[in-house]
Amino acid sequence: MQNGYNVAYRRDMFWLAGFFTLLMLAPFCMPNNYYLTILILCGLHAMHAVGLCLLVGHAGQISLGHAGFYGLAAYTSAYLSTTLGLAVGLSMVAGVVLTVLISLLVGLPSLKLKGHYLAMATLGFGIILSILFTETVDITGGPSGFVGIPRLSILGQELTTDIAVYRAVAVVLCLMVWLSFNVLHSRIGRALRALHTSEKAAQAMGVDIARFKLFVFVLSAAFSSISGVLYAHYLTFIAPVSFGFMFSVELIVMVVLGGMVSVPGSIVGAFFVTILPEFLRAFENVEVVLFGAILILCMMFLPDGLAGGWNRLWSRFRRAVHE
Amino acid sequence: MKAARWIVVLLLYLLCSASALAESIKIGAVLSVTGPASFLGEPEKNTLLMLRDQVNSKGGINGQQVEVIVYDDESDVNKCVMAAKKLLDQDRVSVVVGPSISGNTLAIAKFFSSAQVPLISCAAAEKIVRPVDPWIFNTPQLDRHAVTKILLDAQSRKYSKLAILTVSDGYGQAGRGVLKELIPAQGFALVADESFGPKDTDMTAQLTKIKGTSPDAIICWGTNPGPAVVARNRTQLGLTTPLYMSHGVASNKFIELAGEAAEGLILPAGRLVAVEQVPAGHPQKRVLEEYVANYTKTYNTPVSSFGGYAHDAFALVREAIIKGGSAKPSDIRNNLEKISSFAGTSGVYSYSSDNHNGLDENAFIMVTIEKGAWKVMQ
Amino acid sequence: MDSSSLLQYLITGLTLGSTYGLTALGFTIIFNTTGVINFAQGEFVMLGGMMSVFLVRVLGVTVPLAVPLAALGTMLTGALVERLAIRPVRGCPSINLVIITIGVSILIRGLAMLFWGKDTHVLEPFSGDQPVMVLGAAIMPQAFWVLAISVILLTGLKLFFSLTTQGKAMLACSFDPKAASLVGIGVQRMVMLSFMISALIGAVGGIILTPITMTSYDKGIMLGLKGFAACILGGLGNPFGAAAGGLILGVLESLGAGFVSSAYKDALAFIVLLILLFVKPSGLFGQKDAKRV
Repeated sequence: MQNGYNVAYRRDMFWLAGFFTLLMLAPFCMPNNYYLTILILCGLHAMHAVGLCLLVGHAGQISLGHAGFYGLAAYTSAYLSTTLGLAVGLSMVAGVVLTVLISLLVGLPSLKLKGHYLAMATLGFGIILSILFTETVDITGGPSGFVGIPRLSILGQELTTDIAVYRAVAVVLCLMVWLSFNVLHSRIGRALRALHTSEKAAQAMGVDIARFKLFVFVLSAAFSSISGVLYAHYLTFIAPVSFGFMFSVELIVMVVLGGMVSVPGSIVGAFFVTILPEFLRAFENVEVVLFGAILILCMMFLPDGLAGGWNRLWSRFRRAVHE
Repeated sequence: MKAARWIVVLLLYLLCSASALAESIKIGAVLSVTGPASFLGEPEKNTLLMLRDQVNSKGGINGQQVEVIVYDDESDVNKCVMAAKKLLDQDRVSVVVGPSISGNTLAIAKFFSSAQVPLISCAAAEKIVRPVDPWIFNTPQLDRHAVTKILLDAQSRKYSKLAILTVSDGYGQAGRGVLKELIPAQGFALVADESFGPKDTDMTAQLTKIKGTSPDAIICWGTNPGPAVVARNRTQLGLTTPLYMSHGVASNKFIELAGEAAEGLILPAGRLVAVEQVPAGHPQKRVLEEYVANYTKTYNTPVSSFGGYAHDAFALVREAIIKGGSAKPSDIRNNLEKISSFAGTSGVYSYSSDNHNGLDENAFIMVTIEKGAWKVMQ
Repeated sequence: MDSSSLLQYLITGLTLGSTYGLTALGFTIIFNTTGVINFAQGEFVMLGGMMSVFLVRVLGVTVPLAVPLAALGTMLTGALVERLAIRPVRGCPSINLVIITIGVSILIRGLAMLFWGKDTHVLEPFSGDQPVMVLGAAIMPQAFWVLAISVILLTGLKLFFSLTTQGKAMLACSFDPKAASLVGIGVQRMVMLSFMISALIGAVGGIILTPITMTSYDKGIMLGLKGFAACILGGLGNPFGAAAGGLILGVLESLGAGFVSSAYKDALAFIVLLILLFVKPSGLFGQKDAKRV
């Protein structure tokens, strides 16, 4: 951590402070709960995006299985708290721990695979999980969903209002961002960057690739699982459709759209992909077409994502000011 | 002169919009207009919009114009939750029709009880109305009624060994639960319990396996297109075991998809599939004929029983508002519970404080498919 | 378990597998020239099916005429996709291209929904639906069509790659695009060609399978998924591996449904796939590629 106080790190921390303030102030501009619900879902999706930004953008590993981790944690916590009657806090921790352990087991053999083969392995794993959610009706409630999950509570205090849940989600998200920045500015982050440029070269320099890859994989799975338990206890209802293959793809879209290597970018990507369909709702049937078209156009004209686009705009602005 | 005319028009417009704003009754709807369940949501949405225009052109309900706000949940839980919140918090509707599927209904039910706004679901799962939540109603016939009808028929044919083949989605799961409960309870033996995915394109393997257990009849539970594939595969394999279908395929689309393989299949269905065969004195006759005529005229496509669920929800809301003379959410709820012997397209509704479904197995008739058309069985 | 049931499972699996195989074939061809997994491949299959249904049922075209027309239409779509969405961003990292193909698949699916509605459609089998009985197992005449046309397509591809200049040029691009362009091969043209060929293969697959599987605007999602799995199973980049991977996947599913559980048949197929990947990380027929530093 010796260069933890360098300029880039300070800049990231400034950004985080700004982001946190923005999140805390946002509810005051919200006319009603509907907008708050959207923001909560955005926040939950952003948690995945932050983890996947590290995994895809920095470690260069594709995963199409994170929806599986999301669901596994959600179902575990739902089952423990609802069916077995455990305390919500304890169930949530158990859900996250179990998912982390499973991700370790999956990561060990999978991360030996490369590129599309890794994508396939994680995809296969995600599909197997989603079939389990659908078919083990006695445990999960099957395709029509798991009903009656207790609401989120922290230290025995139930969060009954949406605004309380929103604040909790915002704080957790910011903690994840903080952790991610620290990882990126540590030895691991530097090793990952080396790995991204040339895996073989990094290996030759004595970087323990396998361990770092696994660390980032498990970390991203942990972020997804935290999002999962929060989701389950916020909505108090979960169904297998939310944790399918399409959601894994959507998560990758968020990260790439956001700009892959940029943590703030991937958060913006998550917000963008979550909010866009709500705005397009007025177009009814044409919505899907517009969504596809916007996705293509974004990728065509912003090849380095929303973050890259913003950076270019910002530097042009600065140049204009200087002149 | 011209200016004066414009001013009159403007005044009239303002007057109209002002009165509409002040007095219109807001009915919300969350339906799966797109996505896998669009075969439910699309006719439901069409039906609601058609009924709105009809009611408004006749002066509205109790003199108040009706405003219908439809949101598409794309058959997705998260989108459904957001749409429900939008209806409750932003649009402040008096009552909501939908969602189209059971999972989504269960997901949003609690928002309605806490907001104290009635929700009239177009989904059939028993969990929606049992135990009764004071604010949640539904209009489709329950799976229990359909299974009872099928088993009565099987009994009359002296079948004893039954096999079931269900789709692995919410509809199939609900049906499978009831089948597994009622088949042994009615004294039948359940010899095979197979399933297929909603997007599967070949059920030969399942049918071959079922064939090995030599049942007297097979009951298939699913919505298009899966059951059509089952019917086709059955003829292809040369299976002669009788095949029962569920009411989930009670639309002409099924006959089109299954083609000749549909011949002789038996299923329980609402009276909407064979309106012209409903006897003249039947209480549903008039409402069925009206709905079919209006829908086919407005949209130029055949009706489906799924649109009927929304029709009945709208008609029941209208009845409750007329009955109580008030469009306040709590009044609508209270008056819904007072409705009895109200003829809809799916059956004759009698709601009460401990019955929020309001139908019984008489809402179903057993039909078979003969020469590519529905035929009511006596 | 009697032998006729086993035979029936195998036949079912092979018919089902050819669906996956034909989709996988399309994946492979585009992957070979661009290094990109084309998520819109399933949509090409859907387009072939939907266009032929539209031509036959709405426009009243006869089947022998509708088949080439639908295939041509889809091929044109493939070319358009390449020209409008892929070519302008050449040189971008392949993940960007993958996201663009996801966008394309959403767009095509949405447009198909708008134009043709959300219903499922069916096409009459090409030569009746009276099954042929072999040792107590039923085979649909359409399955012979599927098998025959798949074999013709594969042979055609083999000849194209080994005999024609265009084919050899495409092969060269897949080995090393830079070197290929140095020896004067228009890499961009080859990419266009690969999109057209894989759209064509997808469309033909979609058309000949519609009488068996039916079709609807959202058919492509599942097919794309299984096709991708088949490709990986056979070893990415090997067209014959892809076709074989499809058949194996289909048979696995059908045997799984028959002998273990129909509810878990897909899970079983994917478990086998995962185990195989862990044992042989480059698929059944894939080559271990040596990456340069």
